[in-house]
Amino acid sequence: MAESKPRVKAPKTAKPGEVVTIKTLISHEMESGQRKDSKTGELIPRKIINRFEATFEGQEILTVDIDPAVSANPYFEFSAKVERSGTFKFKWVDDDGSVYETENAITVG
Amino acid sequence: MRLSRREALILAAGGALMGFLPRGASAATVDEAMAAFAEGAALGEGGVEISAPEIAENGNSVPVEVFAPGAVAIAVFADGNPSPGVAKFHFGPLAGESRASTRIRLAKTQNVVALAKMADGAVVAARREVKVTIGGCGG
Amino acid sequence: MGRKALSLIAAAAFAIAAGAASADEDAELVVEGQEIVTKLESPEGNPLPVILSGWRFREDATQALQTDDFENPSFLEIDAARELWTKVEGKAGKSCADCHGDVEETMKGVRAHMPKWNEKAGEVWSLENYVNDCRVNRMEADAWTWEKNPMIGMTALIGLQSRGMPMEVDVSGPAEEWFERGKEMYYTRFGQLELACANCHEDHWGDMIRADHLSQGQVNGFPTYRLRNTKLVSLHDRFKGCIRDTRGETFSPGSAEFRALELYVAWRGQGLGIETPSVRQ
Repeated sequence: MAESKPRVKAPKTAKPGEVVTIKTLISHEMESGQRKDSKTGELIPRKIINRFEATFEGQEILTVDIDPAVSANPYFEFSAKVERSGTFKFKWVDDDGSVYETENAITVG
Repeated sequence: MRLSRREALILAAGGALMGFLPRGASAATVDEAMAAFAEGAALGEGGVEISAPEIAENGNSVPVEVFAPGAVAIAVFADGNPSPGVAKFHFGPLAGESRASTRIRLAKTQNVVALAKMADGAVVAARREVKVTIGGCGG
Repeated sequence: MGRKALSLIAAAAFAIAAGAASADEDAELVVEGQEIVTKLESPEGNPLPVILSGWRFREDATQALQTDDFENPSFLEIDAARELWTKVEGKAGKSCADCHGDVEETMKGVRAHMPKWNEKAGEVWSLENYVNDCRVNRMEADAWTWEKNPMIGMTALIGLQSRGMPMEVDVSGPAEEWFERGKEMYYTRFGQLELACANCHEDHWGDMIRADHLSQGQVNGFPTYRLRNTKLVSLHDRFKGCIRDTRGETFSPGSAEFRALELYVAWRGQGLGIETPSVRQ
């Protein structure tokens, strides 16, 4: 896949103080840097998503430092405690410097 | 995870050694990688759980969940992979609980190891073996 | 049945000896609340004693991935195809949607009857043929490669609209000749290993081939997300892999041979629920 596209599943509403489950997935080959090109025999350079960040209104929920052992199309499931309405922001950082971002709003009340 | 006295000593020694290495030096072995994360703390038992299938049908995508109540960070290692690091989860103030799931690559049958770091710097460890099957049909 | 029962017992014994937990063949598949038929009595004429979807042969963790459309990674490729559905391409200035409207409405049931006889072409066509016919003749755009994206994602998106519907291919009339050709292929030994499809998928389904739990080779879940490839895989690509594993010269995806085989194998699973996009090992 040429361009990495994220998918996020998060609730749109919650009660104050509720713990909600968030699931994220992004299309990415996660080239480990361990594989060889079957034609040339040369090592295929590493190209992975090396970092994932989930925040809510600027505050940290989860940060993940990622190694090549995470599967292609990296998947993360975790939880967040929400006290008020706001926006979740999700960010994936690629070895090549690309940053993929998406956000989800939640209404708390 | 049960650590023998000898293993614990090796880990502690590894931890001491890591202290002298420049920050960010790549960890070559699982013991070194674990010691680097533990930052010299002795590894305790209990308080961290790993959920993973006993048998993975394909090592390319093995579901793993780690959970350690109160932990500020959980590091996951795979002791039989070419490189032992898998992921380090840092839980922020808005984390609902110190739990995370992902899918990982396991090159062969091996142990998945989770180290959880508590707010006071204490580190606890758990280990779980996952058997990775070698299929008959490469197609 | 007696022989099959014995071989199943033998397989179970082997699995225990090898320390491998066998898949739960009695589990029922429910995807996003929708029950999907993965087991049915074999109708008269079908050589299988019972018809079982490949889903039943998989380990719990693999089975679970298919039950939730978020956890199923196929949807990354399906989302990409959904964008292409409305994208104008080619000299005619058309998108898929310009003729076909909402994919969820117009493509419902299409996959369940594929492949099928195409009168104009005088051939049995797979879904991929129809997609490329639209692209070349209506959109005046380039044809897509059969076993690559975006074709796989698009056939998965179209296939999804038939999920849960029974597979129902028409093997009568002019399609019968193709059906017979496919059947002959199914029982023909290929490659240095001299293996026919039937040797594994009719004679030994339920057994272990090394650590692989052999299925009946049903096609109701294609395109399927294979954990081994970590992407969607087309049916003809899988056929190719199977023949290559016999150490034989394989046919090409899209070839008349593979379309005939697709028709015959689809018939062997008549009535199974469409699982597209399924998840396999």
